[in-house]
Amino acid sequence: MITLAHLLTLSAILFAISIAGIFLNRKNVILLLMCVELLLLAANFNFVAFSRFLGNLDGQVFVFFVLTVAAAESAIGLAILVVLFRSRRSINVEDLNTMKG
Amino acid sequence: MNPNLLLAIVLLPLAGAIIAGLGGRLVSRMAAAYVTIAGVAISCVLSLIVLKQIYWDGVPAFNGPVYTWLVSDGVTMQVGFLVDRLTALMMAVVTFVSLCVHVYTIGYMHDDPGFKRFFSYISLFTFSMLMLVMSNNFMQLFFGWEAVGVVSYLLIGFWYTRPSAIFANLKAFLVNRVGDFGFVLGIAGVLYYTGSLDYTAAFEAAPRIAQESFPLTSTTSVEALGLICILLFIGAMGKSAQVPLHVWLPDSMEGPTPISALIHAATMVTAGIFMVARMSPLFEHSELALNFVLIIGATTALFMGLLGIVNNDIKRVVAYSTLSQLGYMTVALGVSAYGAAIFHLMTHAFFKALLFLAAGSVIIGMHHEQDMRKMGGLAKYMPVTAVTCWIGALALIGTPFFSGFYSKDMIIEAAAASHRWAAPYAYWCVLIGVFVTALYTFRMLFLTFHGEERFRTAHAHAASHGGEGGHGESHGSADAHHHGGEPHESPPVVTVPLIALAIPSIFIGLFTVGPVLFGGYFGDSIFVLERNDVLAELGHEFHGPVAFALHGFITPTFWLALAGVVTAWVFFLWKPGLADRAAEALRPIRTILVNKYYFDWFNENVIARGSRLLGRALWRGGDQVLIDGALVNGTAATVGRFGGVVRLIQSGYLYSYAFWMFIGLAVLLGWFLLRS
Amino acid sequence: MASETTLTWATVAPAIAEIYLAIAVCVLLLVDVFYGEKRRGLTPTLTLAALALGALLTAQFGAVTERVTLFNGMFVADELGHFLKLAGFVFVGFALLYSRTYLEQREILKGEYYVLALTALLGIFVMVSAASLLTMYIGVELLALSVYAMVAFDRDSGIAAESAMKYFVLGSIASGALLYGMSIVYGVTGTLSLDELAGQLRGELSAGVILGLVFIVVAVAFKLGAVPFHMWLPDVYHGAPTSVTLFIGTAPKIAYFALALRLLAEGLQGAVAEWSQMLAALAVLTLVVGNVVAIVQSNLKRMLAYSTISNVGFIVLGFVAGTPEGYSAALYYTLVYVLMSLGTFGVILLASRKGFEADELDHYKGLHARDPMLAFVMMVLMFSTAGIPPFVGFWAKLRIIQELWATSHPWLILIAIVMSVVGAFYYLRVVKLMYFDPPGELPATERNTGARVALGLNAAAVVLLGLLPGPLLDLCARLLH
Repeated sequence: MITLAHLLTLSAILFAISIAGIFLNRKNVILLLMCVELLLLAANFNFVAFSRFLGNLDGQVFVFFVLTVAAAESAIGLAILVVLFRSRRSINVEDLNTMKG
Repeated sequence: MNPNLLLAIVLLPLAGAIIAGLGGRLVSRMAAAYVTIAGVAISCVLSLIVLKQIYWDGVPAFNGPVYTWLVSDGVTMQVGFLVDRLTALMMAVVTFVSLCVHVYTIGYMHDDPGFKRFFSYISLFTFSMLMLVMSNNFMQLFFGWEAVGVVSYLLIGFWYTRPSAIFANLKAFLVNRVGDFGFVLGIAGVLYYTGSLDYTAAFEAAPRIAQESFPLTSTTSVEALGLICILLFIGAMGKSAQVPLHVWLPDSMEGPTPISALIHAATMVTAGIFMVARMSPLFEHSELALNFVLIIGATTALFMGLLGIVNNDIKRVVAYSTLSQLGYMTVALGVSAYGAAIFHLMTHAFFKALLFLAAGSVIIGMHHEQDMRKMGGLAKYMPVTAVTCWIGALALIGTPFFSGFYSKDMIIEAAAASHRWAAPYAYWCVLIGVFVTALYTFRMLFLTFHGEERFRTAHAHAASHGGEGGHGESHGSADAHHHGGEPHESPPVVTVPLIALAIPSIFIGLFTVGPVLFGGYFGDSIFVLERNDVLAELGHEFHGPVAFALHGFITPTFWLALAGVVTAWVFFLWKPGLADRAAEALRPIRTILVNKYYFDWFNENVIARGSRLLGRALWRGGDQVLIDGALVNGTAATVGRFGGVVRLIQSGYLYSYAFWMFIGLAVLLGWFLLRS
Repeated sequence: MASETTLTWATVAPAIAEIYLAIAVCVLLLVDVFYGEKRRGLTPTLTLAALALGALLTAQFGAVTERVTLFNGMFVADELGHFLKLAGFVFVGFALLYSRTYLEQREILKGEYYVLALTALLGIFVMVSAASLLTMYIGVELLALSVYAMVAFDRDSGIAAESAMKYFVLGSIASGALLYGMSIVYGVTGTLSLDELAGQLRGELSAGVILGLVFIVVAVAFKLGAVPFHMWLPDVYHGAPTSVTLFIGTAPKIAYFALALRLLAEGLQGAVAEWSQMLAALAVLTLVVGNVVAIVQSNLKRMLAYSTISNVGFIVLGFVAGTPEGYSAALYYTLVYVLMSLGTFGVILLASRKGFEADELDHYKGLHARDPMLAFVMMVLMFSTAGIPPFVGFWAKLRIIQELWATSHPWLILIAIVMSVVGAFYYLRVVKLMYFDPPGELPATERNTGARVALGLNAAAVVLLGLLPGPLLDLCARLLH
């Protein structure tokens, strides 16, 4: 039997993976965008799980909105990536350090 | 009393400042001068009328709001005036000195491009000072206090093309901020314990607060009233340039002197002294605070005087002298002789203004040379300046019958009579201070007005370096005076104020000492507990100003002052010629010569050099290294280094930013989840 | 939950600002598509007109006398929201007015920029009126996505793209944290409505609520720029085109204030003891890091970014007080701060020329000699930001300190005062550079009359509100009671 606790643990693991992915990955910016998506999905997972166990549909409605926003977010993220590549000719995370201090 | 009259006193200088400052091309240069002068002059006359009403006509003190500014969370902020005898006296002094400054400025700043701006600033300064003095609540006091600080910042930075002025400027501001920090905390303390910002409420609550204690940590606590008073006094230390917050005053001489020097030394610095006198009902209940005040004051009085001996810049000598005299006033506050402090403040305002203007006159006459080593023998060329400067000097060192004598002697007597534990230290400091005062004052007189005329060689020297602008003021009005080598007497617009100030410098003490100090002039505007009232004790022995002055001749004070004058004479007037004549004239009496030589040598090498070294060590070591270096610049440097380290965290890498966010999240999670 | 089945004018009017703005965005987008290429100045001018009209409509029809919730409890209309929306119109209007010449000279004066500014404003409005976790999230994202795009707007600028990327990734993490926190709070309470949430969270809090709370606080702290979640801020302020920095540094702050107020102070008021402690810790770090690191900056935009961080510390302190008076102090501080940074960045925009970004501190040497008006305005703003009376910045700091005093936080007061003394140093350094240093070989400043008049008004407001602080203080106090 899958309980709420199982689902929450899974979402917490997803959340942790995405956070770890963001600060462990030092190469490709696209990986960062993927981690960001995963982050949102972890939260979605929570919403769906709670919605299911509370018997309350609000959480699932929320998920639809989040998915829409996530789509827009990826679009903007990729657009920024294109601009970045145009000017830097690189999508290496380690090259993004001209401003510091 | 009519509140509109009081409002007029305050608002006229403000109106003048606005017209002169914002009038643009509509207001011509001279119009700006006349408008501001008229404003301050009317304000001065009205202040004198108020003084007359309060003292002679027996009009009761005015205490009430004139305008409600805002009501926020139950705390009402009002513009209100408290005009009693103390305030009336201060108003008269402030407006009078300010008026002199305005008039004198016409001559001194005549060719300066910032002429109108300068008038605007000094009028604004007068306004701020009056707001401060006439306030009846802490909020307004603080506003006046800050406004005075801001205008002073503008005035010191007036010559913003000179790099040294910029540093002086920033330093003055930062040091004053340290003081203001204490001041704000003090006001916050008053608010905390009384729930009101009104003087009346705070004064009534004073005996009650004196019983309370303020917990510093869980185990230690401190007398609440003492803490409040010390915090307030830290504010006064900043404004009134007491050790160790004095560093800004000598540097502020960078402004277009002597005007800014004067406005600082004779007006702004009195704010702190006035504030403590005004808060006498609070300070009286705290032995701790008064002892603190006493120690700071005594230290300032003696050690700042020593610094005056080693400086060669005529303005700086007068500036250190001011510091030392402020120390005297603070000592008077510390022994509960508030009246004596205000009295010295008043007499000092006259003769110090005189000395500053005389120094300015010398600087004009010497074509903007300020180094006393390049002067000498000027009495012949500038007789009016020399005579008035002598009068100022005699008043400063406390020659009997001169105004300075009455106020200063009274402070020394009060220190001797006080029972506070810090009083003996203070007494010795002020007593030795008398000798030191006489020494540096007459050194300045002798080097400037008498002896060899050193300026000829100096000028040749200066000419060869012409255009460097390394000596004194070489801007603005300086250009107009660069027309010849001979020093000359200043124009009447400069000498008339000198004469006008010389007269009260002689007589004002003689005529006012009785009523002000012992005639109950201050009435209930100053509060002294009976057990602390040293002035009343002294009053039993006071039998009129003349008898007091005659008695003055047989006190150690007088002889110390005389010794100081003689020492100055020996070393700075007589000694320079000694070397030439000694070879022949003193050869027959060999033994005496040897003894004399030995004495001279001792004086020169041990006493004179010793005191020079001590003074210099204090200046270098204490002033420059410790206070300037470690406290002012050191703090800045430490903060800067800390900033340099912290900025390394901002490494520029995305993953490190994300990492720090994660750390923040984890710490918060750990902290709150583990706790619950 | 109040549920209206029919839409009447009365149930829609309080949302007039949002509805109008959504329509205006669409219209402007169309206009720009058809006429944007031919007539460059059309969209910018129309945008300003649209903002003015929006402000009028909101003032006329959007007013409410008491708090009402609309659209099935998704949307709240109250006096505070109404006022903040009006302020939003004005601040964005001023920001766009200052930016126009700057954009023109860099050849990025495009309709999309203005449309993005308006969608960001719409996001701000949605946040201001959010009554549910869902609306709040939508508002946050609408604002954030618009702003990400604006930062990357200058396609030829490498540092702009870099800062946009950093902003995007870090901002997404913050949204993720917000969402995660919201999901947990939803799971524990079973509701998305902030009002119901407030009703349910009473007494002892479960670990779940605290878990969710921490995530939400982190997201709020990120948006505001509180240490250690501030790291995006200096890079974005520095890298973005100055006109975008101006935009980010002003109107969105209102939204972030609303975010903190609606989520923490209203929805999670039951957990006030917990979040005010978290915020206190963050505020101390924020004040120290912001002020200390600002001192060592040589780039003015970067210095102002750290200055923003330090000011955020003060705003957060207002929330730490945890009382309506504290929130009103934070509101006052936010408004005052936005007013001041609007002017400050306006000065930077006017000091820049084509091919010359006046963003280094050295570029301000001797500004007084080159452009007295600009130098004077900057001096007023710097004095005010440093908290020197009688300028308005002083009152803002005083109000915060007053409220901390009232809620007995003596150590926070001490830190706040010490840090504002440290802060005074770098603000005064700007004044020193402008007034006391010799002017070097620098290009002349921009002479755009419209922007100059606006800047004059802006500085006058700083002075006037400082001299007469009463009305605005009273207003802020009234809006939060």
